[in-house]
Amino acid sequence: MGMVTVENLDLRFPTRGGADVIALNNLSMTIPDKEFAVIVGPSGCGKSSLLDIIAGLKEPSGGVCRLDGEPITGPAKERGMVFQNYSLFPWLTVLKNVEFGLSLQGKPQKEITERARHYVSAVGLSSFENAYPNQLSGGMKQRVAIARSLANGPEIILMDEPFGALDSQTRSVMQQLLLGIWEKEHKTVLFVTHDIDEALYLGEKVYVMSARPGRIIDTIPVDFAHPRSYELSTEPAFVELKRRIQHSLHAEVHRALSSAA
Amino acid sequence: MSAAMASHIDRILTPRREISPVLGSGAGLAVAGTIFLGWCAATYGGLVDTTFCPPPHKVATAFWRTLMDGSLAKNAWSSLVVINLGFFLSSLIAIPLGIMMGSFRIVQAALEPVVNFTRYLPVTSMIPLLILWIGIGIEEKIAVIFIGTFFQQIVMFADVSAQVPNELFNAAYTLGAKKRQVVLRVLLPATLPGVIDTLRVTMGWAWTYLVVAELVASSSGLGYMSMQAMRGLHADLIFVAILVIGLLGLVTDQIFKWIKIVALPWARQR
Repeated sequence: MGMVTVENLDLRFPTRGGADVIALNNLSMTIPDKEFAVIVGPSGCGKSSLLDIIAGLKEPSGGVCRLDGEPITGPAKERGMVFQNYSLFPWLTVLKNVEFGLSLQGKPQKEITERARHYVSAVGLSSFENAYPNQLSGGMKQRVAIARSLANGPEIILMDEPFGALDSQTRSVMQQLLLGIWEKEHKTVLFVTHDIDEALYLGEKVYVMSARPGRIIDTIPVDFAHPRSYELSTEPAFVELKRRIQHSLHAEVHRALSSAA
Repeated sequence: MSAAMASHIDRILTPRREISPVLGSGAGLAVAGTIFLGWCAATYGGLVDTTFCPPPHKVATAFWRTLMDGSLAKNAWSSLVVINLGFFLSSLIAIPLGIMMGSFRIVQAALEPVVNFTRYLPVTSMIPLLILWIGIGIEEKIAVIFIGTFFQQIVMFADVSAQVPNELFNAAYTLGAKKRQVVLRVLLPATLPGVIDTLRVTMGWAWTYLVVAELVASSSGLGYMSMQAMRGLHADLIFVAILVIGLLGLVTDQIFKWIKIVALPWARQR
C-alpha cells in the first residue's frame, strides 16, 4: 500500500526580524494508493518542503503526515526520493548506486545484483552499468536516480523537480520514460514541479499550490488515457486545463511578488 | 606581421583558451632556462662573488661528491624519516577528528576554540619550549612537524567534510540508511578526494617546518647540512640541499597526484 495523508500541516521558520516566515499553513491532502499525483506551484511556495516532510527529512511545526495511517517520524525506505541534482554517489558505479539501498538491508548479493540489473535495464542504461556518475549526462544521472529509488521497492516515490535541471528535449524523453515505468510498476508517485505542461502530462491528479504560505488552492483530476502520447499537450482538453492552472497560478505569483515588495 | 600570426597571438591571449602542448612545454622550459642562464651569466660573468653564489658546475661537483661519500643520502634519509613520521602521525589523528569536526556540531563546538587559537601560533615560537621538554633529538623535530601540520590539517579536513552535499546524506536516508551507515558508507568515501588534496597541500608545509626544526638544533638532515655548510662558507652545499629538498617535494607531490588518479578514478573532473 502507499496512501499518504497530510493533516493540518504547518511549517514556520524563525527569522532574525522576529516574525516567523510561514511556509506551509494548515495544509491537508490525501494521495490515494497507486496515484500519480503532481503538485505544481510557484517557486518558494513550500512544495519542496512539503516533500521533505513526507520523506521524513524535515520536521513540521504542526500537523502530521501518515503513510497508510502510520505517522511519519523520519526517513525510511518505504518512502523513496528522487532529488533534482547531485544525489548519486560519485564513488559508486551505476550498478552499485542502484544496489545501494538493497545492500543496506543485507540481502544476498546475487539477489541484489539481479534486482539492480533489472531496474538499470528498465531505465535503458544496461550498457553503462560500470560507468561512474562523472561519465554520465544529466539525463542519464536522473535515470540512475530513478532506478535506484525503484530498486529499493518503496511504497511511494517522492520526486522533487527531478527534471528541472535538464534541457527541454531530454526532459520530454525522461517524462515519457517515467510514465512508461509508472504504467508498468503502478506505484504511488508524488511529483513536484513548477512546469504546468509537465504536471498535466504526467499527473492523474494535479494539486495547485498557492504562494507563501503554501496551501492547496485547486485539485484537478486529469483523466487522459494511458499510455499518453507526447503530442497530448496540443489537444484542446489539455490546453483548457493548462489555462485553468495558469489562471490560478498567475494570480498567486502576482500576490507573492506584491507582498514581497 | 602576417594575419595568421596575429590570429595565433590573439588566441594565446584569450583567457582560458587551450594552447598546444608543445607551446606549453616550451614556455615552461623557456622560463626555467632563462633563470638558469641568468645564474650562469651572474656567476661566470663575475657579477657576483662566487663564494656566496657558486656557479652551476661547482654545485654539480658538490652534489656528486656528497652523493659518493654517502653524506647526502644519509641527510636526505634522516629528513625523510622525520617528515614522514611527523606527517603520518598528524594525518592519522587529524583525518578522523577533522571529518567529525566538519559533520558533528558537538565535535565542532568542542574543538574549534582550541584549534583556532593554536592554528595562529607560529610553530617556530614553540621550538624553544619543545627543546626544553624533549631535547634536540628526532622526537623534537617530529613534534615540530606534528604541531605545525596538525592544526592546519584538522581545519582543512573539517572543511572537506562540511562540503559533502546534503543531497548525498538525504538520498542515503531515504534509501533506508541508518546513521552509522550514512557515516561509513557516505560521509567517509565522499571526503576521500578532498582528504588526498589536503594531504598534498599540507605535505608542502611540513617540509617548511622540517627545515626550520633542523636549522635550529639538529645533528643530521638536509637543514642541518645547510647550516653546517653555512658555517664553513660552502654555499655550493647549501645549493645542493635546497635542490634536493625541491626535488623530494616534487616527487611527493607527484605521488599524491598519482594516488588520486589511480585510486579514485571517479573523482576526475570532466
